[in-house]
Amino acid sequence: MDLSMLWYLVPSVIMFAAGVYGFVTRKNMIALLISLELMLNSADLNFVVFNRYLFPDMMEGMVFTLFAIAIAAAETAVAIAIIVNIYRAVGNTDINSVKKMKY
Amino acid sequence: MDITLPILILALPFTMFLILGIGGVKMSRKLAGVLGICANGALLVMAYTVAFTYFFSGNPEFIVDGIRQQVQLYDVTWLAFTERLVVNIGFLLDPISAMMLIVITTISFMVHLYSWGYMEHEPGFQRYYAFLSLFTFSMLGLVVATNIFQMYIFWELVGVSSYLLIGFFYKLPSAVSASKKAFIVTRFADLFMLIGILVLSYYVAETPADGPLGGASAFNFLMLNSNPTNVLASTVGSTFLGGSVLTWAMILIFVGGMGKSAMMPLHIWLPDAMEGPTPVSALIHAATMVVAGVYLVARFFPLYLIVPDSLVFITVVGAITAFYAAVVACCQIDIKRILAFSTISQIAFMMVSLGVARPELHDGLGYMASMFHLFTHAMFKALLFLGAGALIHAVHSNNYTEMGGMRKYMPITHWTFLIGCLAIAGIFPFSGFWSKDEMLSAMYANNWIWGAWMTMVAGLTAFYMFRMYFRVFWWEENPHYKEHRPHDAPWQMSLPLIILATISVFAGFIPFGEFVTWNRAPYHIHIEMQVAITSIVVALIAIAFAGWLYLKKNDKPARMKAAFPGLWQAANRRFYWDEMYMFVTHKIIFNGICRAIAWFDRHIIDGTMNGLAAMTQFFSVKIKGMQNGSVQTYVLWYFFGALLLAAITWICLL
Amino acid sequence: MDSVANIILYFVVAICIAVFSVMAVTSRRILRAATYLLFVLISTAVIYFQLGYQFLGAVQIAVYAGGIMVLFVFAILLTRKPGDMAAPLESHRRALGITISVAGCVLLLLALFYMPLLHGASLMEAINAGNQITMHDIGRAFTGTDRFQYLLPFEAISVLLLACIIGGVVVARKR
Repeated sequence: MDLSMLWYLVPSVIMFAAGVYGFVTRKNMIALLISLELMLNSADLNFVVFNRYLFPDMMEGMVFTLFAIAIAAAETAVAIAIIVNIYRAVGNTDINSVKKMKY
Repeated sequence: MDITLPILILALPFTMFLILGIGGVKMSRKLAGVLGICANGALLVMAYTVAFTYFFSGNPEFIVDGIRQQVQLYDVTWLAFTERLVVNIGFLLDPISAMMLIVITTISFMVHLYSWGYMEHEPGFQRYYAFLSLFTFSMLGLVVATNIFQMYIFWELVGVSSYLLIGFFYKLPSAVSASKKAFIVTRFADLFMLIGILVLSYYVAETPADGPLGGASAFNFLMLNSNPTNVLASTVGSTFLGGSVLTWAMILIFVGGMGKSAMMPLHIWLPDAMEGPTPVSALIHAATMVVAGVYLVARFFPLYLIVPDSLVFITVVGAITAFYAAVVACCQIDIKRILAFSTISQIAFMMVSLGVARPELHDGLGYMASMFHLFTHAMFKALLFLGAGALIHAVHSNNYTEMGGMRKYMPITHWTFLIGCLAIAGIFPFSGFWSKDEMLSAMYANNWIWGAWMTMVAGLTAFYMFRMYFRVFWWEENPHYKEHRPHDAPWQMSLPLIILATISVFAGFIPFGEFVTWNRAPYHIHIEMQVAITSIVVALIAIAFAGWLYLKKNDKPARMKAAFPGLWQAANRRFYWDEMYMFVTHKIIFNGICRAIAWFDRHIIDGTMNGLAAMTQFFSVKIKGMQNGSVQTYVLWYFFGALLLAAITWICLL
Repeated sequence: MDSVANIILYFVVAICIAVFSVMAVTSRRILRAATYLLFVLISTAVIYFQLGYQFLGAVQIAVYAGGIMVLFVFAILLTRKPGDMAAPLESHRRALGITISVAGCVLLLLALFYMPLLHGASLMEAINAGNQITMHDIGRAFTGTDRFQYLLPFEAISVLLLACIIGGVVVARKR
């Protein structure tokens, strides 16, 4: 039995679908952020897998993933700062309480 | 000739317009006035230099074998629409444009100086000087135009500056409506002029391009005037309603001149234009702009000679207008209106004189006489207007009923005004005598009817001018003078009066025929004793009659008025021309046509636009719920769309 | 043919990822959700190790599982009292989420299985085909300006991180 590319992509797909489900259904903003991280992680995994199987001589996929992790860290830090601030202002972290930007 | 001065002559007034127009609000009145007057003084010197160089230098560039040449000092392409249709801007120097340079800059300088005193306390003093500069610029550009298009452009600019200056007191409703009236009437006439130019251009564009200047510049006056028959060869044989196409084109162009020069039936704007400041009336509505029509005909004279029918039309229009305006002027009370109608009458005189000019009659004397009269008339009519301005300044009313016996209080104004009146009445040796005599000889040479008719008009002229003179300066003193003693104007206003009066006395002795003739060859002026004596006798009789009626206070005028109440009333109301126009425009055009158009505009065109807007708003309200501020919904839709796209792509790939 | 150890490791990790990611998004206790996310991230790191990217796996654990998770936990503790539970989901919302995610999952899996490219080499072949990636290579890739070298993005990331530190401080600071 071979561990071909497909094997690694299946968990990535599941992770992504779980992220979409979480993002669409959850109300807590931190939970939304967690779902976001899941989706991002699945994309990272794809980069690495493609790199390993299709272009084993190179390391571009890996470098991309490294950058993605760095950016994810930055994004999470800012997002959490905003969430904490919203919590101070509104008293909860419910996504539905932040709808000032509608229309 | 070096082109620096000609360029500066156009550039300086325009620069002054920009400086005074933009920076005027920041300037003090004194600075703006001094700046305007100094710039105009410099302009005067430059224009005189150019004109005198042209006339007296004897340079072969300007005069060959006694024939004065038409010179284009420069002519640059400004707009090139197609290879054939090119608009140039240039500077054409020939006898009439050099003469006009002198007239315009002289009067403009006098008016600038005079306005310093006259407008001293008016708000918007700087704006006034800016507009004066704009007018000077446009008028100069008009007279030095090298081609029809340049002339048309400046023709409209002159109309605009006239509009701005008539409406200078924009808080007065009468001034506003007068300015609109002047603009609309002249613009209406310019429409015909434009049609005439277009008709001409249609045929000129078909001429072969192998002429001396190439087909491209067939509108150039040099080319049109040097061999008009060649340029317009293709018009031969085309007719419209019984007249040749060229006749129609020239008549249409003349209609533009009728509008500017206030010929019947487009004269209605000029009397109302007197709502503007009096110096403006002197500059624009007496001396320069209103003679633009005469200048136009003179400029196109070789073309008019090809089609004598159009010259007959000009003669008839001029003769009717001259008589009409003279009659109306006899029955006006407002002194500026009297002068306005007198201007119309005198310009009509010039038109008739141009109309009767033929090369075979006295070597085209009418052309020379008309230009001569244009020159002298500009001087003495500006003098009369400025004098009237001084009177109005002193009495604060336009009506002669408020005046009377002014000779004791305003001696300078009195003497200069008397000189102006004598000049316009044509008394020897004042300038009007010489030019009017030449015009009358030209008319008699053409047909004795024109001569007799215009002699009668000259008599009327003498009558109404002296009627005004006696009524204002003799008659009986107005009792108000005891409380409010009128006095002569300050030096800025008196100096121009004295200068212009001097010119009016001596201008007749200028050997004008040596400078300006239709074929630019010298013509030796000689007085025809028969004509001269007739016209002087008629004028003296008219003056005596006016004196008999108005020298001392009496009831003869009132009795005459009572004897012909209908005639007096009709003449006083200018034979109801304004009422007729009002009827046609308001009752017929506004009601019949404009209402329908307005309805269409309001309901169909606006309705379509409003409907579109309402529809957009309706749909936007309907779909704005989609933008509900919930990130999750957005992501849902986004993901849904992405899936759909993926599915579609996949299906297409299968 | 891959080694049995690799296959077993793969299955363990794949099942971990699938189960924990689903639990991370369905758990009503937010702190537990964060913990499940941590497990998912660590499992991913294991896959990186298995694929032969040791440095990447280390970064994954250090930055993601370490740094970001700490941020999450702090944020949760700042905004929740212990024992708080999220309200149960509205049923139509849940149905919508399940529909869209299952639809996406199915579509992607179908695409995966239909793509012939993905059924090729085994893990061993793939690892043996490429060179061993040393730290030296990675360091050179991040500090050069040639082709396949990334000095500019590297510096840009450092500026971004600085900006986000300042931004985070400014946004979250008490006024």
